[in-house]
Amino acid sequence: MKLTLKIWRQKNAADEGRMASYEVDDVSPDMSFLEMLDVLNERLILEGEDPVAFDHDCREGICGMCSLVIDGTPHGPEKATTTCQLHMRKFKDGDVITIEPWRARAFPVVKDLVVDRSAFDRIIQAGGYVSAPTGSAPEAAAIPVPKADANDAFDAATCIGCGACVAACPNASAMLFTAAKITHLGLLPQGQPERYDRVVSMVDQMDAEGFGGCTNTGECTAVCPKGIPFETISRLNADLLKASRG
Amino acid sequence: MATRPRPKTPSPAAGPLKRYRSSVGKKAVMAVTGAILVLFLIAHAIGNLKVFLGRQDFNHYSHWLRSVGEPAIPHRVFLTALEVVLTVAVLLHVWAAVSLARQARRARPVRYAARPKAHEHRYATHVMRYGGIVIVLFVIWHLLDLTFGAVNPKGGNAQPYDKVIADFDPSRWYITLFYVVAVILVGLHLRHGLFSAVQTLGWGRQRRYPAVRVVADVVAALLVIGFVSVPVMVTIGVLK
Amino acid sequence: MSELFTEGAPIQDTKAPDGPINERWDKRRFGGKLVNPANRRKLSVIVVGTGLAGGSAAATLGELGYQVKSFCYQDSPRRAHSIAAQGGINAAKNYRNDGDSIQRLFYDTVKGGDYRSRESNVYRLAQVSVEIIDQCVAQGVPFARDYGGLLDTRSFGGVQVSRTFYARGQTGQQLLLGAYQALERQIAAGTVTMFTRHEMLELIIVDGVARGIIARDMITGEIETHIADAVVLASGGYGNVFFLSTNAKGCNVTATWRAHRKGALFANPCYTQIHPTCIPQSGEHQSKLTLMSESLRNDGRVWVPVKKGDTRKPGDIPEDERDYYLERIYPSFGNLVPRDIASRAAKNVCDEGRGVGPGGLGVYLDFADAIARLGRDAVAAKYGNLFEMYERITGEDPFEVPMRIYPAVHYTMGGLWVDYDLQSTIPGLFVIGEANFSDHGANRLGASALMQGLADGYFVLPNTISDYLAKGPFEKIGDDHEAVVEAREAVKDRIEKLLSIDGDRTPDSFHRELGALMWEYCGMERTDAGLRKAIDRIRELREEFWARVKVPGENEELNQNLEKAGRIADFFELAELMCIDALHREESCGGHFRAESQTPDGEALRDDERFAYVAAWEYTGHAPVLHKENLEYEYVKMTQRSYK
Repeated sequence: MKLTLKIWRQKNAADEGRMASYEVDDVSPDMSFLEMLDVLNERLILEGEDPVAFDHDCREGICGMCSLVIDGTPHGPEKATTTCQLHMRKFKDGDVITIEPWRARAFPVVKDLVVDRSAFDRIIQAGGYVSAPTGSAPEAAAIPVPKADANDAFDAATCIGCGACVAACPNASAMLFTAAKITHLGLLPQGQPERYDRVVSMVDQMDAEGFGGCTNTGECTAVCPKGIPFETISRLNADLLKASRG
Repeated sequence: MATRPRPKTPSPAAGPLKRYRSSVGKKAVMAVTGAILVLFLIAHAIGNLKVFLGRQDFNHYSHWLRSVGEPAIPHRVFLTALEVVLTVAVLLHVWAAVSLARQARRARPVRYAARPKAHEHRYATHVMRYGGIVIVLFVIWHLLDLTFGAVNPKGGNAQPYDKVIADFDPSRWYITLFYVVAVILVGLHLRHGLFSAVQTLGWGRQRRYPAVRVVADVVAALLVIGFVSVPVMVTIGVLK
Repeated sequence: MSELFTEGAPIQDTKAPDGPINERWDKRRFGGKLVNPANRRKLSVIVVGTGLAGGSAAATLGELGYQVKSFCYQDSPRRAHSIAAQGGINAAKNYRNDGDSIQRLFYDTVKGGDYRSRESNVYRLAQVSVEIIDQCVAQGVPFARDYGGLLDTRSFGGVQVSRTFYARGQTGQQLLLGAYQALERQIAAGTVTMFTRHEMLELIIVDGVARGIIARDMITGEIETHIADAVVLASGGYGNVFFLSTNAKGCNVTATWRAHRKGALFANPCYTQIHPTCIPQSGEHQSKLTLMSESLRNDGRVWVPVKKGDTRKPGDIPEDERDYYLERIYPSFGNLVPRDIASRAAKNVCDEGRGVGPGGLGVYLDFADAIARLGRDAVAAKYGNLFEMYERITGEDPFEVPMRIYPAVHYTMGGLWVDYDLQSTIPGLFVIGEANFSDHGANRLGASALMQGLADGYFVLPNTISDYLAKGPFEKIGDDHEAVVEAREAVKDRIEKLLSIDGDRTPDSFHRELGALMWEYCGMERTDAGLRKAIDRIRELREEFWARVKVPGENEELNQNLEKAGRIADFFELAELMCIDALHREESCGGHFRAESQTPDGEALRDDERFAYVAAWEYTGHAPVLHKENLEYEYVKMTQRSYK
């Protein structure tokens, strides 16, 4: 396959950035999207050009590091698939593919397609945990957890923190990410003591980081590679309202 | 880089009212005020349909609105109270909307070069924001037209029925068209707004979403039909 | 072989107490000195890596009140590669009442390690396993539950009890997020300072004691000096020396290798675990391999065509022209033989030219019989998500065509040598998790990596490090101390050198070539001649690397190729040591198979007389020095494995 790539190039956070066009030949349909970029970069290095910087690590869809907006969709056209697991057989010979970084004020561009997602860590710092210092734990079997709750908590906990929800949201809101953690911990008995303080602090942090608010469009769950359910947002809302009523 | 220290956030002790200034709190304000406005629209639509019962019934209904509860409640107090509640609801609704829209605008300073693909209800943001502005303009016109009569051909002192008939006279088809377009926008606004309110107030669950969407669509559609029927029937000459 | 290495004095673990094995951990904790809470605030610890071991250690040390600095190369501590572990975590809870006990977990682990691990360490691991589950549940890790709401377990990797706790196929992710959240809590509390996108490039040693690290800020390129009273390495394994492995792309040996060069002994580098069920390479462009859960072998049948170079579609090959080789060679265990045996058998049939798929490097894992027997729905219920993952990557539907699988490197048992306190041969330098060598011997059992990482981080290290830190307060070291300056300059020189070569080959091209070499000669099967050849080739290639590598850009920016080049340079040195270790160990054991040492029917043959020791290597700059730590077994009797 022969492809034309339009890639966002930006030297560093201070640089203005621009789109640049590259032709890539000999793309095999068995390549992953990132392997296709590897091929481009190998060529750029030998031609003495600056290779394209992009984040990636595990390349098996779980670490949450990869992060490209491909033709306007975070993680590209395939549903429930991270960029690293997207394969070139989903594209056609002659395609023009636009590749951009996550766009949000809270995710400033570091270089090219790499962004700084430490805002997510700070949202977790605000309360996305159970205070259980090592050694203080009671016997694990002491508190049974209804299977349905454990399953729903797990579904929310599978969030990989990639930030696609923010990238896709018309408001650049981090609600799905925040709600996934609120839901995970809020459904488990261990999460109850801090439940309402947690939601208040995490939502405040989310706003302080400069994310937008949620307008319930559902774009976030549609692009989420782990399919974090939309209802987590409603659960967050319920908890916050309950906390606000005092 | 060393992780930046967390910016200071308002302490939870700042009081419950403060909570409603968070993005989620503002959404709750929108949901509750929106719900008040929807209830009003339902009542309004039912009232409008009385026009089909004839001039007398309609004018009588209009008079009744001003005399509800008399003599226990003085003349027009009920209606005034309702107007105050609605005005406050509209103001809060718009305040929250504007403030969230500004937050959203700030949240994405650089836009995507590729047109973002819609996967779910992306249209809703535009319908709600730009549609909302059009609706506000429409409401102002509507009040000047049929409540105060300032822009009505019959003026402010005519009987309600006459004002309606004169307003949507076939020669003034463009007014009818304006009303129809505005009311459809209101319908689209409600379609997402009703669903969104359920989600915002914390009742959204995966298993309920299909039903919530159907109810929102049906309510919105009925309201649109109810509201549109009056001007259209006047313009095509069914109501005289 | 004397030209390749020399033998030095034996080495001993002096920290493990003697006496009954079940009392040793208590005894050590009681014998170790403590630091009082007011003094902890004055002591600082650096933790490199934020996986299960490093994340849990940093969080726990922070809770205890030490000043902790935590480093990771990713953009968030939540992304460490522990996150990719699928199967589960072992613990001797015996919730199933099926005869499990600490003793049995201990026994299984020593036996599974093919009698090349330490009894004291493994016993402690089994003891602590029980507390790990309690800790994780208290943190809100959503383990699988049964209908009564109690914790569910499953059996794993051939053991006879059901002791593996799991969270669907994402146990590593859930455990890591638990540790990550505990870590973020400490960051918010101010006890831990987090340095993301930072890479440790050198260890600072002052007067023979570890006192800090030199790290590069991967965004600005700044070379930073971080001084502390103790350094903990939790930087994971070195499977990426093979280029293609199931490790994350960023996994590297640099932190441990730099420490090794500064005097920490490196133990058993040749012990690598090769997982039999990975998705095969699809072409030259392949950048990593993806693991498919071993559970697939419960219902899939492994086969290759009888004929060499048979290019027919699998469906067109009649039953009598298929060789179900595992069932043929190992009639009693069939498709369920242990990992190392399944892997080697696949290699053998592919070497015979009977492999399938691109490059002939693959064997079929066929579900046709299972689908016929159980029905499509039952198979989908069991393996649906794995089938989807396979289809996403290969574009083939396992319901229609047999899967193709091939072995891949996925864990390294070797690592820096540590004593019972997890302290390396450099005082003040502790090594935990996959980065050390301590608990798995020559082969790791499934679901034991997560157990060891968390045992080290939550429970072992925080208890043992106090004995060292109690020696404080330590001398204050300034950034201008001679040893610090020297370390910093060495890092800068190396970076400058890499950037200045400006040759005609990319860093990745060298890494690929090195990986292929290692896979060929130091992979599933090793021979004397092959290893010698590999050592020669590695040396040539390393020279070529330093003469021809082209690293674009500069230091003062995010420069992913500079990062790569530095790591590859260290992989070259490690690769040579791995080959020397593999060459000197003229026996087969666990993940190390020497073709010269096998039973008449082709099984691995241990040589306990000559090789029942840990090979701990000392760096010299030329031929390394071998220090042997003898392994004695008081509680578990050494036997030969058989799966026929």
